[in-house]
Parts: sequence; structure tokens; C-alpha cells
Amino acid sequence: MSDLHTVNKSPFEKNSLESCLRFSKSGSAILLYEDGVYGALKGTAVESMIASAVGEKKVYVLGPDFKARGLTDDRIIDGVEVVDYAGFVDLVEANDKVQAWV
Amino acid sequence: MKFSIQVNEGPYQHQASDSAYQFTKAALEKGHECFRVFFYHDGVLNGTRLTTPPQDDRNIVNNWTELAEKYDLDLVVCVAAAQRRGIVDDGEAERNGKDATNIAPRFRISGLGQLVEAAIQSDRLVVFGD
Repeated sequence: MSDLHTVNKSPFEKNSLESCLRFSKSGSAILLYEDGVYGALKGTAVESMIASAVGEKKVYVLGPDFKARGLTDDRIIDGVEVVDYAGFVDLVEANDKVQAWV
Repeated sequence: MKFSIQVNEGPYQHQASDSAYQFTKAALEKGHECFRVFFYHDGVLNGTRLTTPPQDDRNIVNNWTELAEKYDLDLVVCVAAAQRRGIVDDGEAERNGKDATNIAPRFRISGLGQLVEAAIQSDRLVVFGD
């Protein structure tokens, strides 16, 4: 039993990423997409929050959305995995349910 | 696997309609089944054929219609949300005394029961919105 959590808002705009990390169980998958991809950036005020979750939870970032914001893969926090839309579909399939932190 | 999609946000607002479309397309291309796409709240604005974006911009409404034609999708617009926002089909025009319709091809107006049914009948319900 595992869940996929999706976060689509920047952690600098809303606290949905923080809530997601707080409430999700260990072993959960978390996908950052749309403006949520900013949470996957190195060197920000929320980096430690994500970095400490990696390992206990699997954190993914949607590559097309990351790229669309002019960001490059070398700026992604270590341990965060990049997926495309097909990978997003695979994550939905691999987990029992999807919780959108909208 | 059988998916259903819920879209809660209008097109050209943020990114939810685009994300929902890209996700649905990717799922269908991988051979999954899409039981229903349910448009709720401002998401019902995905279903007006009067949308006319600039020619060099994506036409989200047409994208849905074309995807529905290719994969025989069931695109359902919530009736209560549609009435509030002026999304009208023949039945609604007659019922509410309106002089025009604007529902896009392949979309249909129905009730919230369709969302409940989609959640029950599908393996996964994926929600896109704000």
C-alpha cells in the first residue's frame, strides 16, 4: 500500500508542499509538477525540507515543467528523480491512490 | 488500467487544463483506458466551442475534442457549474430559455453522479486544479 501525492504549487506561494511532507507516510511517492517544481531546486530556503524527506519518501519532479521554467537538471536536489508525462502515468499506476495537494 | 480525470480549473488560467490533457494523452498512448474526464468548477470552461485563442497558441478546447475523437473519450461537464458559467447545450438552452448554445463537440453536460460513478468504476482518479 503506497500513495502518490502530487504538489502543483510553489512552496514560496503556498504551504501545500509542507503539508504534503508532514502528512504523507514514509514509503509514499511525491511528484512535484507545474509551479511545484520550484520545490526541487537546490539552494533555496526549503531545500533541507525536501532533502530530509528523500530516502524516507520518493520524490519526483516533472521534467517538462522544470524545463519550461528555464531550469536545468543540475539544479535539482540530489535524490530527486526526473520523470516525464509517461513517468507520471507510471507513478499513478504503481501507487494505490493519488492525493492531489491542490 | 482504467483512469478517470477530474479537471477543476479553467483553460489559460494556470496550468491544470494543460497538465490534465498531457497526462490523459500520455496514459492513452501507453495503452491505458480513460473511463471519463469530468470537468468541475471553472474546469467547465474547457467545454465552450467559442474559445478562440491566437493562432500561434494552443487551443485547449480543440485539443480535448480531438483527443476525444481519437480515443472515444467521455468528456463530462458538471451541470450546476456549467449553468453558473454559461456553458449551454441544446437541452439546457431549452430548459432555461437561452437563445444560444456553446458546448464544444464531444463534450456533454451531466451531473455530479457521473463523477461518483467514474471514481467507483476506475482504478485511479487523478485530480488537476488549483
